[in-house]
Amino acid sequence: MLSKRIIPCLDVRNGKTTKGIRFKENVDIGDPVDMGRYYYHEGADEIVFYDITASNEGRDIMIDVVSRVAETIFIPFSVGGGIRSLEDMRKVLLAGAEKVSVNSAAVKDPEIISRGAESFGSQCIVLGMDVKRVTPSAAIPSGYEMVINGGRTDTGLDALAWAKRAEALGAGEICLNSIDADGTQDGYELTLTALISENVSIPVIASGGAGSIDHIYEVLTKGRADAALVASIVHYNTFSIREIKDALHARGVKVRMRW
Amino acid sequence: MIAIIDYKAGNLRSVERALRGLGFACRVTHNRDEILTADRVVFPGVGAAGRAMADLRDLGLDRVLSQVLEEGKPFLGICLGAQIILERSEEDHAACLGLMAGEARSFPVPLTSPDHGRLKIPHMGWNGVTHVRKHPVMKGIGSEDEFYFVHAYFPAPASEDHVIGTTDYGIRFPSVIGRRNLIAVQFHPEKSGRPGLNLLKTFCEWDGNHAE
Repeated sequence: MLSKRIIPCLDVRNGKTTKGIRFKENVDIGDPVDMGRYYYHEGADEIVFYDITASNEGRDIMIDVVSRVAETIFIPFSVGGGIRSLEDMRKVLLAGAEKVSVNSAAVKDPEIISRGAESFGSQCIVLGMDVKRVTPSAAIPSGYEMVINGGRTDTGLDALAWAKRAEALGAGEICLNSIDADGTQDGYELTLTALISENVSIPVIASGGAGSIDHIYEVLTKGRADAALVASIVHYNTFSIREIKDALHARGVKVRMRW
Repeated sequence: MIAIIDYKAGNLRSVERALRGLGFACRVTHNRDEILTADRVVFPGVGAAGRAMADLRDLGLDRVLSQVLEEGKPFLGICLGAQIILERSEEDHAACLGLMAGEARSFPVPLTSPDHGRLKIPHMGWNGVTHVRKHPVMKGIGSEDEFYFVHAYFPAPASEDHVIGTTDYGIRFPSVIGRRNLIAVQFHPEKSGRPGLNLLKTFCEWDGNHAE
């Protein structure tokens, strides 16, 4: 059987990670390549690099980061943030990323999903979804609405309907972030995660809210997620990936234990 | 020199980077002479069988690959490269290279398991390999080692004798197959961390002999 994946997410701005990371032995490493290598050796099953650079010059720096990461780690990694066109996708994939994720750009122009899937294969195209809880309505029957621009802009789109549409357009995977849970460390949004995961046939990566190993256990079981994105919980060394995996394994979740 | 066969099928640079990282000289090429003079051949691939076969034929590589195999050079198929070495694929109903008897099949739908309910297709992520036959390239690979898979079709050799390893995902499917100097893996060793790199290394050191 497939193992559940533990995926650290690194935010990168102008070629540097934004969260100084406190490792036990090594304080505040800001280089995404070094951090990628660290998590690779720690047992990460995949790594997400999220580019929050605003400028165009910064984007070229990111491509260089991607190339150096690709020479360093031999597990899949994806790159998201600011992917707006087929050309953006091509650059990132050619530089060595396994997958690209599109978020706001796909809401504005859903065809970018199908064009990306046709050009590079569905397995390369991850749909990033930022979702917030709302009162169910005729327009948003699931009670979960898509938001974009880092949660600042409502779209009026029902998150479940959007997930199904994106799957039909050729998205190969969904990275599902709950705006309500993000940054709280109070646990993943289990209801949302299970709702999306049970209604699409592509894998769902749960994101937002991990504060304990219990949270990760719950989203991979009750939440029916295929993978859990982790950020602060590993960056601040609350738990190492090894500790997370040992605990999940002990509780009967199949995870990759040798690397 | 190791030739990595270039036929526009996906990202070949990850294979190249992994082999270079291990210290092996290699070249991504579709040049017939370069392929025929190489010591060994890696045949990767991502994408659809029909398109891949059309591209291979356009480049004249279908016959070149048969020749490589006949000459006894070590030959490693990866992912789509483990499927289109067979005679045909259910994907696109494509006629394939026929380097081994058998066909690439799709997973049955719906795919379910007693413990996990409905399973998603494609099979994407980390999974193990159960060894059913010894093979020099698989030495050093343990039963707990996992590999990275992304696929909706799998290789089904006509002869059980050609199945070296299997993987469980709703069904038990062949994930490592081989015959004489040919070995092929459904997963991506270049994306599978240390066990994958070990496999690439043992392939690069293999003389191509394998008692069946």
